[in-house]
Amino acid sequence: MVNEQQLDSALIIPKAEVADFSFYYGSFQAIKNISMVVPQNKVTALIGPSGCGKTTFLRCFNRMHDLYPGNRYEGSIWLDSDTNLLSRKVDPIEVRMRISMVFQKPNPFPKSIFENVAYGLRVRGERNPQVIQDKVEQALIDAALWTEVKDRLKDSAYELSGGQQQRLCIARALVGDPEMILFDEPTSALDPIATASIEELVVNLKEKVTILIVTHSMQQAARVSDYTAFMYIGELVEFGTTKSVFEQPAKKQTEDYISGRFG
Amino acid sequence: MTSDLAKIRADINRRKLLNSAFALAGLVIIAGAIIVLLGLVLQMAIAGSERLTPEFFTSFPSRRAGRAGIYSAWVGTSLVMLVTAFAAVPLGVAAGIYLEEYAKKNWLADLIEINVTNLAGVPSIVYGLLALGLFVYTFRLGQSILTAGLTLALLILPVVIVTTREALRAIPNNLREAAYALGASKWQTIWDHILPYSFGSILTGIIIGLSRAIGQTAPIITIGALAFIAYLPDAPVQSEFPFVSFDWLSSGFTVLPIQMFNWVSRPQKAFEINAAAAGTVLVCMTLGMNAIAILLRYQLRKGIKW
Repeated sequence: MVNEQQLDSALIIPKAEVADFSFYYGSFQAIKNISMVVPQNKVTALIGPSGCGKTTFLRCFNRMHDLYPGNRYEGSIWLDSDTNLLSRKVDPIEVRMRISMVFQKPNPFPKSIFENVAYGLRVRGERNPQVIQDKVEQALIDAALWTEVKDRLKDSAYELSGGQQQRLCIARALVGDPEMILFDEPTSALDPIATASIEELVVNLKEKVTILIVTHSMQQAARVSDYTAFMYIGELVEFGTTKSVFEQPAKKQTEDYISGRFG
Repeated sequence: MTSDLAKIRADINRRKLLNSAFALAGLVIIAGAIIVLLGLVLQMAIAGSERLTPEFFTSFPSRRAGRAGIYSAWVGTSLVMLVTAFAAVPLGVAAGIYLEEYAKKNWLADLIEINVTNLAGVPSIVYGLLALGLFVYTFRLGQSILTAGLTLALLILPVVIVTTREALRAIPNNLREAAYALGASKWQTIWDHILPYSFGSILTGIIIGLSRAIGQTAPIITIGALAFIAYLPDAPVQSEFPFVSFDWLSSGFTVLPIQMFNWVSRPQKAFEINAAAAGTVLVCMTLGMNAIAILLRYQLRKGIKW
């Protein structure tokens, strides 16, 4: 499944390794036997037509499916090749503290801008106001939002524009120093200008964290990602560097999708 | 083209007419209801106005209408409501949280849900009978403020549980997922987010429940409240160590609706004035509770910024 020539595997340091992974909603198999790596400090994009399971796959990385009954994982997702994220012995809370998430629609809490980011620390029991103050500021700087909100930290997060709210959610995801961030179509609810600023941010963030991003826009995948995985009806069709997947796809299905023949 | 446009406009007007007709009908019915309600309350207040003096609030019942007051009744009502609130609110909200957030969604949960909803419709006298058997005879709590408070708490529990569940359910799922995705535990998600965001609606349910409880007569009579009480329960706050006392819980008592009932059933005309005055006080107490709820809701919403 993985195109070895395209990967130049010597250069990849895997942050996460997916091995023979399947996922079921009840008896329906939504993800079929995927194996791939998520390279460290790179942006990896998951692309594919609607309903191909890319969001379902993404939400396995922080065990979001645990919140609802009847879901089942099979196989393994290794983080740093020492922790199987899907193991029953690993608490989903631990997983989510190491791997944070930014959702499709901005979902700030109905609290102040400051409290939205600070909650990522409070949830871990951080009480020192100075530490919280410093880390919130740093997260907002990293999320390219600080200059816009530094004078209105006490305002409601709901007073921000959609793009600002999404960057606030990124700051919230960053504040706990995660090793990896999952982005679930983070710009699908935003206008082109806000989209551009989020994309720039994603590219800049890879110095700090490993990024896995689901996108329905192939242009976005081409712009932000280093590696691309093309999924189709729950299967991984092709995985490789973004350049090779887009310029010399190995599979006919990938080529058809990328050239716009379906999807 | 022009005739088409005229036709479209005529059609729009016809559809808007229906819209206006409903709005007007609604307005007329609401105005009618409010006027009737205000009229009744005002009539009662005017009928009782001559007895609404400071002495009325500080006098015990008496055989002579002019000297009778509601001291024991309003104190009794306040203390009973205190017990009711302290018993029903934590229990009801906790039950609502458990059923909505923790309980597995299976046939048992459905059964409990149906029964909780049905309990809200059980006649209050049935609760009185239950309390008589359970609290008075089995637990030997006596015909006391504690018994009355717990009885009314049972009565309003279904309302509190159902409104709590609905309030929790109204919180958008993406906020739960946001909290979980940050590594919050279930309890942190509920305590830090779901509960604060839904507290306004929960409070509304609590007040609806307490307003229902404050006017109850039948279950209180059933458990054996006295109509003629010429003493006050022990004060909850004492001047000597340990400063709080719980003796009042086991004290005999009366409440405003019973006092009213007692006065209305007397043959003398003068007692009717007393009953009207007591009724006015009862309505004002209910309004006062609502005012407190609005104030609380306003205070709490300051921290939540939708």
